[in-house]
Amino acid sequence: MKRLRSPSDLEQFRKDILNKKDPERPAIAICVSTGCEALGVKNVLKSFQEEIEKQNLQGKIDIKETGCLGFCEKGPRIVIYPEEVYYFKVKVADVSEIVSKTLIGKEVIEKLLYTDPTTGKTARRLSEVPFYKYQNRLLLDDNAKVNPKKIEDYIGLGGYSALAKAFFQMTPDQVLDEVKKSKLRGRGGGGFPTGRKWESTRDAVGEPKYVIVNCDEGDPGAFMNRALMEGNPHSILEGLIIGAYAIGASEGFIYVRQEYPLAVENMQLAIDQAEEYGLLGKDILGSGFDFIVKIHKGAGAFVSGESSALMTALEGKVGEPRPKYVHTSEKGVWDKPSTLNNVETWANIPLIINKGAKWFESIGTEGSKGTKIFALAGKVNNTGLVEVPMGMTLRDIIYKIGGGIQKGKKFKGVQTGGPSGGVIPEQYLDSPVDFDELTKLGSIMGSGGMIVMDEDTCMVDMARYFVNFLCDESCGKCVPCREGLKQARKILKRIVAGKGEEEDVSKLQEIAEVTSIASLCALGQTAANPMLTTLRYFNDEYEAHIKEKKCPALVCKELVSYYIDPAKCRACTLCFRNCPVDAIEGERNKIHIIDQEKCTKCGTCFEVCPPAFRAVDRISGEPVPAPVPEEQRFLKREKKGNKGKGAVD
Amino acid sequence: MTMDRIDKIIDKYLDEEGVLIQLLLEIQRDFNWIPKEAIKRINERLKIPVSQIYRVASFYTGLSLKPIGRHLVRVCAGTACYVRGGPRVLDSVERILEVKSGETTDDLKFTLETVNCLGCCALGPVIEIDGQYHGKLTPASVEKLLSGYD
Repeated sequence: MKRLRSPSDLEQFRKDILNKKDPERPAIAICVSTGCEALGVKNVLKSFQEEIEKQNLQGKIDIKETGCLGFCEKGPRIVIYPEEVYYFKVKVADVSEIVSKTLIGKEVIEKLLYTDPTTGKTARRLSEVPFYKYQNRLLLDDNAKVNPKKIEDYIGLGGYSALAKAFFQMTPDQVLDEVKKSKLRGRGGGGFPTGRKWESTRDAVGEPKYVIVNCDEGDPGAFMNRALMEGNPHSILEGLIIGAYAIGASEGFIYVRQEYPLAVENMQLAIDQAEEYGLLGKDILGSGFDFIVKIHKGAGAFVSGESSALMTALEGKVGEPRPKYVHTSEKGVWDKPSTLNNVETWANIPLIINKGAKWFESIGTEGSKGTKIFALAGKVNNTGLVEVPMGMTLRDIIYKIGGGIQKGKKFKGVQTGGPSGGVIPEQYLDSPVDFDELTKLGSIMGSGGMIVMDEDTCMVDMARYFVNFLCDESCGKCVPCREGLKQARKILKRIVAGKGEEEDVSKLQEIAEVTSIASLCALGQTAANPMLTTLRYFNDEYEAHIKEKKCPALVCKELVSYYIDPAKCRACTLCFRNCPVDAIEGERNKIHIIDQEKCTKCGTCFEVCPPAFRAVDRISGEPVPAPVPEEQRFLKREKKGNKGKGAVD
Repeated sequence: MTMDRIDKIIDKYLDEEGVLIQLLLEIQRDFNWIPKEAIKRINERLKIPVSQIYRVASFYTGLSLKPIGRHLVRVCAGTACYVRGGPRVLDSVERILEVKSGETTDDLKFTLETVNCLGCCALGPVIEIDGQYHGKLTPASVEKLLSGYD
């Protein structure tokens, strides 16, 4: 392995990589990130390897294992090069056909292409798939092109050229200036101007200075950082090294939560490779600049993602926040000046250096520049990672890219910013998404979680869920957060159990206001958002729970009963056999009855009842009808054709 | 024997500052929990107060002060899984294994945990068993899944 000692070494190396590449040579890119792994991509991969061997094609077809391509709902996904054909939901059974037909025969297999559910048309190119068409994938695009375990792939695409440019054509001040001019704001949630943060660390007294990558993506429902770190770790590393140069830092930390083992693995590999090539360590590219990076694994605490808490954790202590009247950018890890940025913030840096602040500034809105990656999840058709220019409306993201709500249900709200964000209702769907607009609506941008909720989601239960989460994750150091959330949880639990009292709403309001003003760190300060937004936009649901003891979305267990409609039940025994607590009476040809005493309301009967019958009803706010008398339960079957599709003999 | 294994891990972290969490994570990975002996040994060799080690070990969900079962079942309790029926999947697992989240079955076969997010939100509800992800689960399918372990 050759150490690169100058920018021209790097350029030569890049040329060598590209020369060795035959652009016409067929290749398969397979997403092997965590999401597709759960869908069994490992077997698909293995089967491709075997098939290639079987057809004696070793050395003629490349297999590239890549990171997340974003459209997780339709995984496992593969891309066939050079034609760039995208196949979705690929199964082991499809492999041999793909190799013979597409890779060898250059023939497209229609059934594996993306079919637009509205028009029924298939899409051959990625740009024809609506999920991708409306995105601007500045950061995520390369995930489909690089094997994250190979630095050569990244360099071949122009990787580390921003580093060379920064180190050899710019002074640290110029780099800092460029970042400031780009108006990049922190992607972890705070939205603090990145350039200003860097500047204050650079100007602070104390040596050494540290730069830190925050990949403690503890926000449930968000996986943007995981995808970037798993899929393109060098882009983050390059940004970090450039930042270190601008700030004058000699050491860096990459804090990754241990729940992301693949991200840890790929990042460690990236660090090792960068060191080997002289892009990290002593005398980087012959510039005289030294910089080392270590990975620190987080042991599982949401609050440790807060900057001061994360820095305490880096010191090996319990990751609790501290008051920030002295900024961490001046006194951070071991009281030394430290700049901490989110994964996505760092990944933007090479782009800004290469293409310039002007270019970056041209994307986005007045106050929020560039693109933002969102993890679109919940009850939306196209779940996955979405990268859009700041300022796109929620409606466009959810409907144009996300394909609307699952199963044709009605949209109810979208939670942005994770547990500390707020739920935004339908009337604000046309608001542009940027830092300031979301704050105006009572929510936050956060790190980019976007959970879509439909009519079947109970907003009071959601508030309870988030408050419960935050209460568990509160470190307990300050009273307003520790005690306030505990009381709020108590009240919300009471309401969802049908034991809410008239004054509970005003009590919640009060607790929410005090916690947000008096808490020590952002966890407590923003913990009120889910309560305040649901109280503001979905007050009728609180009223229904408290006054009518009714859960309109039919979610809250204590307020819902399951009931089999005797007029619809076809006595197929499916629910009877699946009920985990034997609460259903019945037999073939005898209508089933739920014993309300025994029923644990697990919902299994509702789920297994064949769609043709829909005999299981959920009832809330009214008494369950009495069971039909024994003698009327027997079903007289007409001879044929009256059996629903899902019935089991 | 146990002491040797503990010492071997500690050896890797002798001359560094701020290693406690990383050290405990490695012990956790090796032993599946943090045995008392390990806490004592770290205190002796690294001169970190027992109270501090205990505090760290009890603060983080990734570290366990109790032995855990042969199979670690982690049910995702993240928001995306939650709105897609995660709680009912968790109910089923609790019912099947007859333990609550955070507990281990009497035969030390399964330990059940909930985790804030596994980052596979497109596949919710998700369960991870021994590092393997299983997505799009229902209360009915989870029963079948768990019966495949011994």
